Amino acid sequence: MKRFALAGNPNCGKTTLFNSLTGSTAHVGNWPGVTVDKRDGVYKKCAEPVKIIDLPGIYSLSPYTPEELIARNYILDEKPDCVINIVDATNLERNLYLTTQILEMDVPVVVALNMMDAVKKSGDSINAKLLEERLGVPVVEISALKETGLKELMDKAFNESKKIREGSTVLETSPLGHLIGDVKIALKGQNVANPLFHAVKLVEQDEIEANMHKETLPMVEEFKKTFNDEIFGGDFEALVADARYKYISSNFASVLSKKSKDTTKMSKSDKADKVLTHKWWGIPIFLVILFGIFHLTFGEDLLFLGKIFSLPSLEDLGLLNEDGDPINFGVRILATFYDGAVMSPGVWINNVWNDLIVGEFFGWLGGLVEESGMAPWAIGLINNGIFDGISAVLSFLPPILVLFLFFSILEDSGYMARIAFILDRMFRRFGLSGRAFMPMIMGFGCSVPAMINTRTLADDKERTATVRVIPFFSCGAKLPILTAVAGAIVAFFGVGNADVITFSMYLLGIVTAIVCVLLMRSTTLKGETPPFIMELPTYHVPQFKNLMAHLWDKTKHFVKKAFTIILASTIVIWALTHFSFNWTFLEDEQVNESILAGIAQLVQPIFTPLGFGSQLGSLGWVFVVAAVAGLIAKENVIATFATLAACLAAVTGLDLGGLAIDAEDGIDAVQAMIQATGITIPGLIAFIAFNMTTIPCFAAVATAKAELGNKSTYHWTLVFWLVASYVVSAIIYTVGSWWWTIFIWMVACAGLVACIIMRNKKAAKRLN
Amino acid sequence: MEKTLDNFSIGEKGIVKMVLGEGKIKRRLFDMGITPGAEVFLRKKAPLGDPIEITLRGYELTLRKTEAACVKVEVQS
Repeated sequence: MKRFALAGNPNCGKTTLFNSLTGSTAHVGNWPGVTVDKRDGVYKKCAEPVKIIDLPGIYSLSPYTPEELIARNYILDEKPDCVINIVDATNLERNLYLTTQILEMDVPVVVALNMMDAVKKSGDSINAKLLEERLGVPVVEISALKETGLKELMDKAFNESKKIREGSTVLETSPLGHLIGDVKIALKGQNVANPLFHAVKLVEQDEIEANMHKETLPMVEEFKKTFNDEIFGGDFEALVADARYKYISSNFASVLSKKSKDTTKMSKSDKADKVLTHKWWGIPIFLVILFGIFHLTFGEDLLFLGKIFSLPSLEDLGLLNEDGDPINFGVRILATFYDGAVMSPGVWINNVWNDLIVGEFFGWLGGLVEESGMAPWAIGLINNGIFDGISAVLSFLPPILVLFLFFSILEDSGYMARIAFILDRMFRRFGLSGRAFMPMIMGFGCSVPAMINTRTLADDKERTATVRVIPFFSCGAKLPILTAVAGAIVAFFGVGNADVITFSMYLLGIVTAIVCVLLMRSTTLKGETPPFIMELPTYHVPQFKNLMAHLWDKTKHFVKKAFTIILASTIVIWALTHFSFNWTFLEDEQVNESILAGIAQLVQPIFTPLGFGSQLGSLGWVFVVAAVAGLIAKENVIATFATLAACLAAVTGLDLGGLAIDAEDGIDAVQAMIQATGITIPGLIAFIAFNMTTIPCFAAVATAKAELGNKSTYHWTLVFWLVASYVVSAIIYTVGSWWWTIFIWMVACAGLVACIIMRNKKAAKRLN
Repeated sequence: MEKTLDNFSIGEKGIVKMVLGEGKIKRRLFDMGITPGAEVFLRKKAPLGDPIEITLRGYELTLRKTEAACVKVEVQS
């Protein structure tokens, strides 16, 4: 099959074109070794089917960013049959800069002049015929959005792909023309493919080229000595870039005739920007939008209608029976979006999915298994191990998708770039750029989409640091742990206020994240703050089709994970909690005899400095088990509490005094555990802090693994989470129990900071 | 009058004279079209005064003041 590669600037409509051409055949993967999306699909309307490869959006073919390297290596090494260069007609000059570089390769090229409709609408016009003449390759006017001109484009590309094209350069007429020509002849003599492209890059002093053609380099340097320019001196990179733009402005820009010459005129987009990035209003507006997104995704009381109008709950309306269940199916459906308050669309979708679809389906399937007459352990494995595992993972799907939908809208509309613009100043203090904000804030919803969103960060080290601290932004699933333990502290010890405790834990997570980023950026992930030179794309209405394509990609990705790594891990944990060391099957209530309990008792002393280790006596392992169960999904922590509290009561004959340990909020279960183990308040707070900052759930771990790409980075990330949570919890427990230990920690911190500063100074000296 | 781009105030216009700095950052500035002869217009500053937003070659570009300091511009009235 013939292969056509799509190349072009970011925001030039490349994705839209790709989706229009390939439809449902698109396939997403990663380029080997890097986490940049690799997408391909099939176009079927040519004489024969053609494979379309979507190269990453790039501005240039410099050796500095992974995207540019991928595009460049793909064209040079994989030799596609034709390159379709998409050019944003509303931004001709900068887009043609990339075109001039692509033309230097020995590959057939067709230029797709996109967004011609927008150009015409503004009253401007572009002489495509003239452009074609000057470029020397076919130029086709298209609108990827309205799907016009696509057939003509593909037919032209198909025609071109049968020809052999030799690279051409706009630098020929520049002062550098001779030099490049000489180097090209030398390379051609060595039988190098794409001699012109390599010659230009060698003259540019491109690092990669210099390493590839070591033997030619001295000759190039010799050639260069004969050349001197007044303005640039010996800076050939600058010379080449300058020559390209000069050529473009004098030859290609004339192709465009503008209606008005005034570049400072306000467009619609500028007017929107006037408000959205306003000196005073910019940040408040952003906060309102952010709140709106979270409210629409997680809000259980939409627009606070329930509070404002004191709407009656289902119970008040008499629609629930004595067990608190809906009296009929109609009420069940009503309950998905109303109970004393109207629920947000996100919560509604979540309820429908989890209660009515996934819950019902696995309930039905579980019933079948139970009646099948299999051995109890097999039923347990299938029902509690596999089905519960799968449904736990699937239950993540709605919030992830809804959150992702909103963030895709922000991204596609062009507002995301403005957020980075507004917040960059604040984030630079921590060695990050303004773009790191979005993934972090998404972490409050769910770590999985947040980690995927780090792809917008250009710098690898910045990305790693961001992925590592995302779990510290306490996600929705961790909230029940916070409320249960905080509620139990208030109920059992009669101190504090549950809301204040919960809120402080959120703050703790943020502070930990900031401290860790600072630490990492000054030690293992050192590096200059990545440059922030970014296009602010024109605002436009997001395309429904593109949004759906995004969401579909994410769903596929996530479900694939759910049925592989996550499922396997769930089964392992299930087996550890349901078998004893001599491999007899255990009921839920016998969890204290399980392998996991055995291991937990063994490692219990490790958690002594955190307040939930040896000092809790022979039953203290329950907290360890709950924390381990939380590694599957943080929801499990509270579920495990209920199981363990029942089991503790059975073992110790503890009088629960009317505590409803299986209640959903888990407050009573925690109280029972406090009674049985005698854990202290600092111990409990340390326990929630540990759960918040340690290795997140399997879904997030699997995502981190995929996003970090590099195996050793991923392993160190796991170590980082363990160490961070251990240290944070230890500080909380010791300082909470003996206030004076704060001085020990302060001295230790001061020592650490001093060490880092000294080491960095030494390293800086060595460099000088 | 010649000054670096980070010292521009909102609404000022000029022609790029020279780009200093090195390696990655300079190359990026070039690739985005900040080359000698390009016309730039300072459109806006972020709420905290940094980064800045400029119009050049018909589009909007944002960059930090530290990066803008690499760009020498001849101010035009």
